[in-house]
Amino acid sequence: AAAQSRPSALQSGESLATLKNESDSLKKKLEEERAKLHDVELNQVAEKVELVSALSIRTRRVLKGHGNKVLCMDWCKDKRRLVSSSQDGKVIVWDGYTLNKEHAVTMPCTWVMACAYAPSGCAVACGGLDNKCSVYPLSLDKNENLAAKKKSVAMHTNYLSGCSFTNSDMQLLTSSGDGTCALWDVESGQLLQSFHGHTADVLSLNLAPSETGNTFVSGGCDKKANVWDMLPCASVSCRLYDLRADREVAVYQKDSIIFGASSVDFSLSGRLLFAGYNDYTINVWDVLKGNRISVLFGHENRVSCVKVSPDGTSFASASWDTSLRIWA
Amino acid sequence: MTIRTIRPNRGQHYRPRMHCLQKIEAHMVEMQDPKSGLKGAEQKLNVTTIPHVITGQDIIAWLLNKMKVTQEEAEAYGTMLVAYGYIYPLQNHRKLVMCNDGSLYRFQTPYFWPTQKWVAEDCDYAIYLAKRNIRKKGVLEPFEQEHYTHLHTWLNHKWDFIVMQATEQYKAGKERKKPDRVVLDCQERAYWIVNRPPRRTHSALDYGTDRLIDPTVEEKISFDQHRRMNIFYQQAIMRSKVKSSVSLGALVKFVNTYKNHDPFLAPCLPSNPWVTDNDTYWTLNIRRVDQCTKMRVERWSFSFFELLSDQRGRDDFKSFLKKEFSGENLAFWEAAEELKWGSAAAIATKAAVIFKTFLAPGAPRWINIDGRTMGLTVKGLDHPHRYVLDGAQTHVFLLMKKDTFFRYLKSPVYKEMQKRALNPELHNFSEAQLEQNARNRSLGVHPITVWEQEEEERAKAAIASAPVDVKAMMSKIDRK
Repeated sequence: AAAQSRPSALQSGESLATLKNESDSLKKKLEEERAKLHDVELNQVAEKVELVSALSIRTRRVLKGHGNKVLCMDWCKDKRRLVSSSQDGKVIVWDGYTLNKEHAVTMPCTWVMACAYAPSGCAVACGGLDNKCSVYPLSLDKNENLAAKKKSVAMHTNYLSGCSFTNSDMQLLTSSGDGTCALWDVESGQLLQSFHGHTADVLSLNLAPSETGNTFVSGGCDKKANVWDMLPCASVSCRLYDLRADREVAVYQKDSIIFGASSVDFSLSGRLLFAGYNDYTINVWDVLKGNRISVLFGHENRVSCVKVSPDGTSFASASWDTSLRIWA
Repeated sequence: MTIRTIRPNRGQHYRPRMHCLQKIEAHMVEMQDPKSGLKGAEQKLNVTTIPHVITGQDIIAWLLNKMKVTQEEAEAYGTMLVAYGYIYPLQNHRKLVMCNDGSLYRFQTPYFWPTQKWVAEDCDYAIYLAKRNIRKKGVLEPFEQEHYTHLHTWLNHKWDFIVMQATEQYKAGKERKKPDRVVLDCQERAYWIVNRPPRRTHSALDYGTDRLIDPTVEEKISFDQHRRMNIFYQQAIMRSKVKSSVSLGALVKFVNTYKNHDPFLAPCLPSNPWVTDNDTYWTLNIRRVDQCTKMRVERWSFSFFELLSDQRGRDDFKSFLKKEFSGENLAFWEAAEELKWGSAAAIATKAAVIFKTFLAPGAPRWINIDGRTMGLTVKGLDHPHRYVLDGAQTHVFLLMKKDTFFRYLKSPVYKEMQKRALNPELHNFSEAQLEQNARNRSLGVHPITVWEQEEEERAKAAIASAPVDVKAMMSKIDRK
């Protein structure tokens, strides 16, 4: 569903009650259709799959330098650089491998909730409470003032919660607290497409890697994750949805896990799910078997963002304890 | 006790749902159950005796037993209980952690438990600090002094009321029995340390920014939303679905196919750069290498999408197509990608070039697609937009995927690639070598440098593949 038209008045014969009845019966019919195809559970299909042998994942790097909560991070396609943004308004570009800080930008607002690295590695995008998403071209000259070349691209009516480049540096996808997602042309700042479908704050978005590259998921406060053709907010369970069979196929939760998960990402093969939680831990789940393989300690406050590196050799976690950690 | 006031609903101030509270409260109740819970003892503190004191190790032992978790998890959860203010430490009252030893703790009274509804108000805190000021005769802890100074400034207009309330509470406190007073003081102090931690330290109750929508209120769905939902449901019902066995089977197959390529499940050859601080794995897998690794070449065979996603794979595929004289399909697909993901301003120009090169009758790199798709595409090019080539692009992609790709995998080009592929030995660094590696981490090549090189290559390739203007070439030769 792309941009939606303005609401129109009630037609004759319609009333809130009739529409609600129709919604309920359609919903019931959809459930019936889904149930007809529901012939097997994930754990049954995965029965013959070998167990994952013990993982020895450890912190390999600790990136210190932010003065306040780190809210978001993104990997560069070169598999070693990353960009991170924090509550104090700073955006830092790191070479995670050598721990060098390559660039630091001070945003004019606090709570920079979203940041993204451009596919070419030549720019970063970020935004937050300024309701905008700006693109900063990077340079090889460390002394260059990046703020001078800053380009304001996206404009929302409320805070920016997520941003991501599409397949090139020239388009930006954003999600916002105003309940919408939007696609922008970086060069001109033009709004290309707008996606309305959430009834509350949209908190995160993620592009799906695919042949057509046309889909993305957005997660919001309304407890819905929408899949758009062109991540849920902190809920205690992580859920896996099968888009082809059109149903939820697995829930990753444990009684001993009390606190919500804020961010998830899959390992390269899709077998492992890394999830960052509000109780400062990271849990590693077996996607097929449904059990938790291990729990990783190290952060001293909430884990706000978890992302696997482009070649799957490691994953990075950003935390409210002002640090980032790289695990392998 | 201070009187709580309902926070005025000013629109944009909703705290995120705190699901965890109910579960924690259930645990707290169980922990204090007379039969199955923890038994506190009396503890002498200064001159008074405090009842119902428990040690950290007892709490953790109880959690280990109750929740069936590991030692580390129980300690982490214990710390959460202290951080949220359900249990408070008697010694080191400012450090909100659970120590697995004889450190003393008490259960916080439910009155002071964190809740979804009430927020710890600044006014209440000011009253508390003023009261402490009276008691301790002006000596507050440094962080409390900071908070006090700050509040004195911005709550100045209410200061008379605050001092009055503080005095009342102080007098009421004096009339209690000493042991009760001490316990109450401890509880209240613990509450405020959780809710007003020293500046620049973290509070577990911190939740980030406010939400715009109240998460506790049930959504009122308007008639228009119902209408949209109905359309959505109808579309969803009509959407083609597959059986779970089919799609889940495909998921399991995918995971199985890639399991040896997942660095978390199978070792990287020669080693994972993050683990050994040796980046050979990355240098072996850059774009411009002559020989590729076995794993990389194998991965190209998984799907056409994989082959195209790896630039080196795409290059190899291009050299195969050149031999077959059918490079125009891939060239068209790449050009269409450039159009789709490029800047909006360039769309019209790119569309014109693409039409001239690939679609026009007699075009130098004419692509062979069915008449209907060609017709629709050409018509669409009158008013080009970024998705105008989608139909043709999909057709060409599927052609390559279903036919060319499989011929490539059977071709001498690919077989040669497989034969010459490297299979690096697993690294086996000693401790000393690992330390040295860590000291000499390579800087690699900056992505901006790589990008600039690629741009140069692209420019050269564009000139090389441009339709040759025979007449111009002839006249150039004539002029020589």
